[in-house]
Amino acid sequence: MVKKPLAGIKVVGLTWYVTGPQITKTLAAYGAEVVKIEGHTRHDPGREYPPYKDNIAGLNRCGDFNSYNTGNLSIALNLAKPRGIEIVKRLVARADVVVDNFAGQAMPRMGLGYEELRKVKPDIIMLSACMQGQTGPYATLPGSGGHLVALSGFTYITGWPDRQPAGPHGPYTDYIGPRFCLTAILAALDYRRRTGKGQYIDVSQYETSIHFLAPLLLDYTVNGRVAGGMGNRCSYAAPHGAYRCHGKDRWCAIAVFSDGEWSSFRKVIGNPPWSKDPRFGTLLGRKKNEDELDRLVEEWTVNYPAEQVMTMMQSAGVAAGVLETNQDMMEHDPQLKHRHFFRELDHPETGPYHAPGSAFNLSRATYELKRAPLLGEHNEYVLKELLSMSDSEIAKLSAEGVLE
Amino acid sequence: MMDNEKSRGMLSPYRVLDLTDEKGLLCGKVLGDLGADVIKVEKPGGDAARSIGPFYHDEPHPEKSLFWFAFNANKRGVTLDITTVDGQDIFKRLARTADFVIESFHPGHMQKLGLGYRALSKINPRLIMVSITPFGQSGPYRNYKAPDIVATALGGYMYPTGDKDRAPLRISHHSQAYLHAGAEAAVGAMIALHHRQITGKGQYIDLSIQASVVQNTFVHTSLWDMTKTITERGGVTRNIKGRQIWPCKDGFVTWYFVGGAQGVRRCPGLVQWMDSEGFADDFLKGFDWSTFETAALDPEVLNRIEEPTARFFMRHTQAELLEGAVKYHTTIFPINTARGIVESRQLAAREFWVEVEHSELNTSITYPGAFAHCSETPPQIYRRAPLIGEHNDEIFRGELGLSPEELLRLKEAKVV
Repeated sequence: MVKKPLAGIKVVGLTWYVTGPQITKTLAAYGAEVVKIEGHTRHDPGREYPPYKDNIAGLNRCGDFNSYNTGNLSIALNLAKPRGIEIVKRLVARADVVVDNFAGQAMPRMGLGYEELRKVKPDIIMLSACMQGQTGPYATLPGSGGHLVALSGFTYITGWPDRQPAGPHGPYTDYIGPRFCLTAILAALDYRRRTGKGQYIDVSQYETSIHFLAPLLLDYTVNGRVAGGMGNRCSYAAPHGAYRCHGKDRWCAIAVFSDGEWSSFRKVIGNPPWSKDPRFGTLLGRKKNEDELDRLVEEWTVNYPAEQVMTMMQSAGVAAGVLETNQDMMEHDPQLKHRHFFRELDHPETGPYHAPGSAFNLSRATYELKRAPLLGEHNEYVLKELLSMSDSEIAKLSAEGVLE
Repeated sequence: MMDNEKSRGMLSPYRVLDLTDEKGLLCGKVLGDLGADVIKVEKPGGDAARSIGPFYHDEPHPEKSLFWFAFNANKRGVTLDITTVDGQDIFKRLARTADFVIESFHPGHMQKLGLGYRALSKINPRLIMVSITPFGQSGPYRNYKAPDIVATALGGYMYPTGDKDRAPLRISHHSQAYLHAGAEAAVGAMIALHHRQITGKGQYIDLSIQASVVQNTFVHTSLWDMTKTITERGGVTRNIKGRQIWPCKDGFVTWYFVGGAQGVRRCPGLVQWMDSEGFADDFLKGFDWSTFETAALDPEVLNRIEEPTARFFMRHTQAELLEGAVKYHTTIFPINTARGIVESRQLAAREFWVEVEHSELNTSITYPGAFAHCSETPPQIYRRAPLIGEHNDEIFRGELGLSPEELLRLKEAKVV
């Protein structure tokens, strides 16, 4: 049986909310050992973010926490106590990677900065992913992913031109950073393999996120232009938008880019007289009369279920897609089912739950999700098996309130 | 030819052959930032992505696309028609010594050309091949077209985005979905690189753009899984019923009233500031944030809190509100535009922006720089995006040993 890609890699995670856990999730899924440092006095606030299973609150019942923290071992330590910090350092001493996404400068303040951790493990690879980076005037300014979406420009470009910006769903930037962070960690591991050197990777989520806006930033630095929201329009395609379909709040996206697609589109909708109007015959004409075009398209789509609009269009070679709800994605989407994207995991408190999986499949390795841990579930395992502590040592830590 | 700086990068020993179009360009860019030798392989005449704007001085030209510049910096470029037998032959010769091949053609296309993973891995068993497609290599949607709006719709990200009274929205301009896919493809490539250390062999990576989008769900899939509730759109943070986007003197800011521990931390500072400028009445000053709960709130009470706040914000610029937020320990952030980002004090202090030479335009352009600060091997912008066929000589003649006559012949036959 072939070893997993990251077998033998040991990770210490001081992670909370989304970004940190999203990083360690992938590492664990490919075989790394991930120890998540938590506590009862101070636990991952991501455990307290609704929705909970059946809307009943509980630190082990949080849907998102259980999706992001798969494969983590959980040890509950009181990091306000020096012995707690010492245990973290003992874990680092045997580890390859440390990941944290606390606020800027939080780790050094706790005595767990890179310079400290290097002393216990000279070749450690440490990655910190905070909102704006570990240095600079705003390094320690607190803020959530929701704030960063606004700061990093995504809110401003999501909206209709005739009203204030709407902004994307959720802390969108929380999902960009982890992708860059994972690549950096894995590349750093390879660099260490070749040279013996670890390093400190100081990630500003602000910086990683705005790479997704690079063309618009260049448009400003070169052309002085400030790009705003365009609704659902595309400057070189029409029709291009989300059209209301039959049913309550059901929509299908349709996008026509070429003459051939326009001709196919017209055929699908039954070649109505309006569609033969020369006003709509060219791209320039359709863009000029786009409000009317959109209205006419929707007069057709509103009669059909979104799924039917999609299949009719795609069969004819026209790009179209249902605006899937969460229910659609998890219950109906045949492609996600084909890819076995959502993984069912059993859980002692919530019962079976479904965690999102990987966007890619490797031909020689499997992506394996193990359920998220209960708080402090692996206290004994981590101290006894990983740190070879004796029962009496462990009992002492409990008595001192270091182990929670 | 790699200069000294590049030879210090995390990925400097590795070569990437990048066949991607718009759907996968970011993958090679990220690997190039980390020092890999990335060769962008375009069809003769240049890749279609060169026609995507915005453009340098709004001049639409294949060598002036700012979109192309952004995602192809750190790559050298060759032109090669891999649908020809001569082109396939040359590509295979390059693949012999490459570590990664990344492509984003329609499923089955590379196989049809004799350049699928099976064929290439016979030539180079250590090769890692990454295929980026809208839905993956197989399955019922395998042949579906997916421009960004369709990928985002089927990825579940459009439905919960936007205002309740209108259609759901996508994030405007260039495709975000393709960037998630490209960035995730780099992750896959790195996992496979690690695996190669154990097995001695490369492998094939099948990446779905749709799945990359589904990963961006916040609370979205949990809502269904845990409570069988469909996510509603409207607002950044689902549990907040009050306003989140507020106009100010020169744009918009994000701020929302909360209760509980967070509220006690954030709200009094704002009220204190408002009071110092005469905007806070006794109701606001005496408000108990610890018991405040927007979800269960009486709209009249919410209005009494929000109305003076709205007037207060209108008196100040984004910059003033951010500085004030720092001073008064509250969390107001600008809804930044490109201008606000480029003028950011924080990014300047981090030396984020880099000047990249564009000798062909007789200028240099300010680019976003390293995506992380790394103490040993910082990511860098080593070079601008390639011109069409810019490195044909360097690679086809310099490395593969084609003679000038052979290269000329191939050029005339439109193979390069």
